Amino acid sequence: MLEVSKISVTFGGIKPVDEFDLKLNKGELVGLIGPNGAGKTTVFNLLTGVYTPSHGTIKLDGKNLTRLKPHQIVKKGITRTFQNIRLFKSMTVIENVKVAFNNQLHYSLYDRIFNTVKYNKQEKWLHKEAMSLLKIFDLDNEANELSTNLPYGKQRKLEIARALACKPKILLLDEPAAGMNPNETNELMETIRLIRNKFDITILLIEHDMRLVMAICERLVVIEYGKIIAEGTPEEISKNLKVIAAYLGE
Amino acid sequence: MKKLVNQVNSKLINPAKEKVVDPINLRIKKQNKSMQRFIYASLTIGFVYILLILGMLTGLIDSYLSGIIVSIMINIIMAVSLALVTGYLGELVLGHAGFMAVGAYTAAILTMQLNLPMIIEFPIAIICGGLLSSLVGIIIGIPALRLRGDYLGIITLGFGEIIRIILNNLDITNGARGLSGIPHYSNFSVTFFVTIIVIVILYKLISSKTGRAIVAIRDNEIATDCIGISTFFYKTLAFSCAAFFAGVAGGLYAHYHTVLNPVSFGFMQSIEVLIIVVLGGMGNLFGTIIAAVILGILNELLRSFSEYRMIMYSLILIIMMICKAKGITLAIIKSKFANRSPKKSKGGKSDARSFKN
Amino acid sequence: MDYMTLFIQQVINGLHIGSIYALIALGYTMVYGIVKLINFAHGDIMMVGAYTAFIFMTTYNQNIIVALIIAVLFCSILGFTIEKVAYKPLRKAPRMWALITAIGVSFFLESTVMVLFGANPKPFPAPQSSLIKIGNLQFSQLMIISLVLSVILMLSLERFIQTTRLGKAMRASSEDAEAAALMGISVNKTISTAFIIGSALAAIGGVLFAVAYPQIKPMMGVMPGLKAFIAAVLGGIGIIPGAVLGGFLLGLIESLTKGFLSAFWPDATLWADAILFSILILVLLIKPSGILGKNIREKV
Repeated sequence: MLEVSKISVTFGGIKPVDEFDLKLNKGELVGLIGPNGAGKTTVFNLLTGVYTPSHGTIKLDGKNLTRLKPHQIVKKGITRTFQNIRLFKSMTVIENVKVAFNNQLHYSLYDRIFNTVKYNKQEKWLHKEAMSLLKIFDLDNEANELSTNLPYGKQRKLEIARALACKPKILLLDEPAAGMNPNETNELMETIRLIRNKFDITILLIEHDMRLVMAICERLVVIEYGKIIAEGTPEEISKNLKVIAAYLGE
Repeated sequence: MKKLVNQVNSKLINPAKEKVVDPINLRIKKQNKSMQRFIYASLTIGFVYILLILGMLTGLIDSYLSGIIVSIMINIIMAVSLALVTGYLGELVLGHAGFMAVGAYTAAILTMQLNLPMIIEFPIAIICGGLLSSLVGIIIGIPALRLRGDYLGIITLGFGEIIRIILNNLDITNGARGLSGIPHYSNFSVTFFVTIIVIVILYKLISSKTGRAIVAIRDNEIATDCIGISTFFYKTLAFSCAAFFAGVAGGLYAHYHTVLNPVSFGFMQSIEVLIIVVLGGMGNLFGTIIAAVILGILNELLRSFSEYRMIMYSLILIIMMICKAKGITLAIIKSKFANRSPKKSKGGKSDARSFKN
Repeated sequence: MDYMTLFIQQVINGLHIGSIYALIALGYTMVYGIVKLINFAHGDIMMVGAYTAFIFMTTYNQNIIVALIIAVLFCSILGFTIEKVAYKPLRKAPRMWALITAIGVSFFLESTVMVLFGANPKPFPAPQSSLIKIGNLQFSQLMIISLVLSVILMLSLERFIQTTRLGKAMRASSEDAEAAALMGISVNKTISTAFIIGSALAAIGGVLFAVAYPQIKPMMGVMPGLKAFIAAVLGGIGIIPGAVLGGFLLGLIESLTKGFLSAFWPDATLWADAILFSILILVLLIKPSGILGKNIREKV
């Protein structure tokens, strides 16, 4: 469904991503791995429109996304989480999720001022939806906490919940297990599996925790210096000499 | 007022108070609540209005005093509209008085030229003033809102000054001599109700999906973009709304004072409004209103110190800001009453709603 | 006078006033670079400098050199004290709070001087100087002295920043205050230094300004302060050469619109500030970080 062909980007002479190709099939769970500075997050930034590629095209279900802005790409069905958590700090947990539903609400200022039936209905629906989403991530008890007061692992989960609220077809997770302890990572693995089944979406994730990657990804793409050096199942990758060389620095 | 205030506040500062109940109960409760809130609010507003009117009839509030009340109310409109951009959207604006000037001059010129009955031309003039001001806001905002923080502040400062210089040099505005002979249409009652309407609209706007989007942009612009919200659209929206209401305030001002001079809309006026917003706690509509009232009263009280007035004013300002930074804020005192331990978060930020910039 | 001579004359005038803007802009840029505060009181420190020199020249009959040195000392102490008393408690507060405090300090200085000396302009006893004539061009000796003095000061500041330990500490703090603190640089000391040097330069700028337009008044610092700040932004705030460049540019633009453009378009003087602000806005829209500034992309 997602077809990325030969995208490149240049920052002042450096090419963090160079002729990168990627194909995602519906329902897949793919891992994007590579050493630090390989360009993984830049790929995400290109896919979500935070950066515009200098060459190449990005297509989703045949529709071209290449030059769209981030918010337009979200509407086409790609959302993401961030490596350095980007929650809305002055908002509560549930508000963080609610705001992501913005495009699914259709009331006007008039409805809000006069508290019309339309407004009440939609806000009630919103509250229900947001709560049920939080429940999946076991965050419903903290719904009214400030998002910054959550422990780290839960903040990461909240970011995933927020991304899911946009009803994406493809979810990009940028190092979801970073900074988590083994227990939290296990829990996260469960959650990722669960959301894939429950929401019927495609997931692409960047992760350094090989245990997680090997356990849940069906396919891995390895990049180094912005270029793909290997692709295949976790078993194939773990035996690939090029990959081992890239990681160990030969 | 108190009831409304508490409710508004609890909603703004502490949304945690809404406990989750099962949906059916919730709906009934919510609707009752909003009905109740509406009744309380109307009653208190009516009460305050009647009280002030009685004061005027009995002569307790003389024309001088009512003049002060009117200018405080105009300041409230200016401050709550600026709060939308500076408080909720988190963008520094140093030229808000420029928008007020656009509204004031537009409205004044309209009523002076139209020669229609007051009941028709006054609302038209006020709204046209707001619209033109909002148009100017959009024209400025579209390029300027790409910049953040202090740079946006500087650009708005520049635009404010440019507007003032234009007013100073145009024939239709009568240049530096200013306009005079503007019909005396706004009075205490008109200003009072317009102020209430502006506050209600802004409160409703902030507590809607639009408000959520605006606060999200303040908290994290990139993340907001990445959940499908056009930051450009909402920033421009907030900016033009603020400009619109500033224009309305200008229209009221023009028809209260009946004379206009470009000098009244300079950099200092913009700063004065900004001070109100920052003292009021930035993302806090009610705090902004209180700050406008307190500063208005303070200004009057200090008048008796004549030449020492500005020294006192500036010292009080500095001390207030230092106290605020040290965490002695109204919000904290209030939250103590609400049995909620004040949160001393890292970096000396003293209330949950404080933020960068 | 032909247009060419008029043009050159106005360029020289522009460089003169620009050098004063540049001196004040340096203070803005140093302080902004490290504490990210638009120090609104900076223009008023310049005014205090001019008044100090004025008092020592009139009441105590000192010559202008002595008065200048005393003004520099007084303003350095004033700048240092203001930072310690009013800005330091707000260092970790949201930046808009500190901005309001700076505005408060600005009001305080203005109103205090107004109470002490009255709101009316006072003539500044600038020393007599002879006119130098080259062809049709003419300028006063004071103008040349002022220009040379400013350039010397700028060059020595640049040298100080580039070579001394304290200067390097200032550069490091302005790039990343937190990292600098972790490297053992005393942020307090660098901030104080920035305020002291900035205020000293502002004092000199104030005296030169008073000499150029031989009168002083309590609000004299507002417009030059604002313009100097714009100069700093124009050149790229936080960058020392940027402030100098911006200052000179601003001076040139101003004197050319007022003195040269007005020969063709009589209303130019009225619109001079509008032209100035339009150029500022244009520059910021094209290059948001200023002429010499580097564009920094937020890391996602």
